[in-house]
Amino acid sequence: MQTLRRKDILGLEEMSAEEITLILETARSMREIMQRKIKKVPTLRGRSILNLFYEPSTRTKASFELAQKYMSADSVSVAGASSSLTKGETLKDTVRNVEVMGVECVIMRHPVSGSAYYLAHNVEASVINAGDGMHEHPTQGLLDMFTIWEKKGRLEKLKVTIVGDIRHSRVARSNIWGLKKMGAEVVVAGPPTLMPPDLEVFGINFCSNVEDAVEDADVVMALRLQKERQESGLFPSLREYAELYGLNTQRLKKAKEDALIMHPGPMNRGIEITSELADGPNSVVLEQVTGGVAVRMALLYLLLGGTKEE
Amino acid sequence: MTLTHKATVMDEKAIRQALRRIAHEIIERNKGTENIVLVGVRKRGVPLAGRLQALLKEIESTDIPLGILDITLYRDDLSQRQDQPQVHTTDVPFDLNDKHVIMVDDVLYTGRTTRAAMDALIDLGRPASIQLAVLIDRGHRELPIRADYVGKNVPTSRSEQVEVKVSEIDEIDRVDILGVTRD
Repeated sequence: MQTLRRKDILGLEEMSAEEITLILETARSMREIMQRKIKKVPTLRGRSILNLFYEPSTRTKASFELAQKYMSADSVSVAGASSSLTKGETLKDTVRNVEVMGVECVIMRHPVSGSAYYLAHNVEASVINAGDGMHEHPTQGLLDMFTIWEKKGRLEKLKVTIVGDIRHSRVARSNIWGLKKMGAEVVVAGPPTLMPPDLEVFGINFCSNVEDAVEDADVVMALRLQKERQESGLFPSLREYAELYGLNTQRLKKAKEDALIMHPGPMNRGIEITSELADGPNSVVLEQVTGGVAVRMALLYLLLGGTKEE
Repeated sequence: MTLTHKATVMDEKAIRQALRRIAHEIIERNKGTENIVLVGVRKRGVPLAGRLQALLKEIESTDIPLGILDITLYRDDLSQRQDQPQVHTTDVPFDLNDKHVIMVDDVLYTGRTTRAAMDALIDLGRPASIQLAVLIDRGHRELPIRADYVGKNVPTSRSEQVEVKVSEIDEIDRVDILGVTRD
């Protein structure tokens, strides 16, 4: 397969292993461009992209914007707080207005789950979901897989343990769907109150004890404790969370010696992960960020690099 | 529409002789091999550049660096294509600044691939000069581009295709002309 035969990137649940492989392979070529002195190729010259971020984001937004610039696309970025959304305009109207300005691709982050699907089905432009509520964050899932794939040479038959608030995490959902499709074993750990009620549909194992969950793991991923999304009463205190579920060197003893330590960022140091681990030799937190730009360049190329099939 | 074999214009021996002649021409024109680097254009320019590298070593006893150029991201026809070509990695692990770059490709046709390859090279550095070596020049240029070293000039019609096979990829060395026949 040489072409991604889809208009939008909405989630990894609906993506095939073949498509994921194509994206990862393309990202590898894109990373070479990022290592050059002049990080610019003319591939998407004259193509126009809109970045719509209705939630705060530093990493994802910067990563998408750099990917667009490295590919020579023209782009504008709108932050939620400064948009007409606050004046009562619907999302659909906002995007239709932008679309008649000639935008071919919309990157959107939105606090409501499913908003990317809604948008994609109402506009002709390609839509890339940069995180919708508690649903999915496919580009983060892809960049995490890219980082693991680069470091381990494969995804198949690896044991990946994800620790933290799975319930509110779109990053975890995208990773679970993607990793399972690529043949990895996924185990989740964290407070039972922070597990999704429908955990069994994912086909993964849950372990309330972190030490047991990381046993023989090839990859251990800490999730950010989303203080802004916490309903009261899901766990007693940050301190107790850190004591029971926070990743530290001691707790990771049962994991493989060369286990990769990952975190989607931004990190709450001392809560979900200690600085010792986050800055340690097994940490690939910064590689994840680099891989993010490469993956986003790959997606832009695969979505906009050819004409749409009628 | 089917493609049928019309003629074989080069066999293994002819290709070998052509590359040997090109190697000598490169040395003569550049008065040796100092400051020369080779860059093969994917896909079949890469093994051809590798063979020129071996020949130059045989003649001059010098190791000439060899890079690989993927020009997918520099094509000017991307937005007109139904399927975008797969991107492969460019691998030029040496400095191009002030080097005489011998760019190697299998066929020179419209010149658009060569233009894209020059753009790609210039983004990697500022060479002292770029010279173009091709195994086949089949004419029909759409841009003001010419090759410095040509294995064989093969006049063709636009409806014909030139198929270069190299043993590293296709298990045989041969250049054929294929004609389109309507069923």
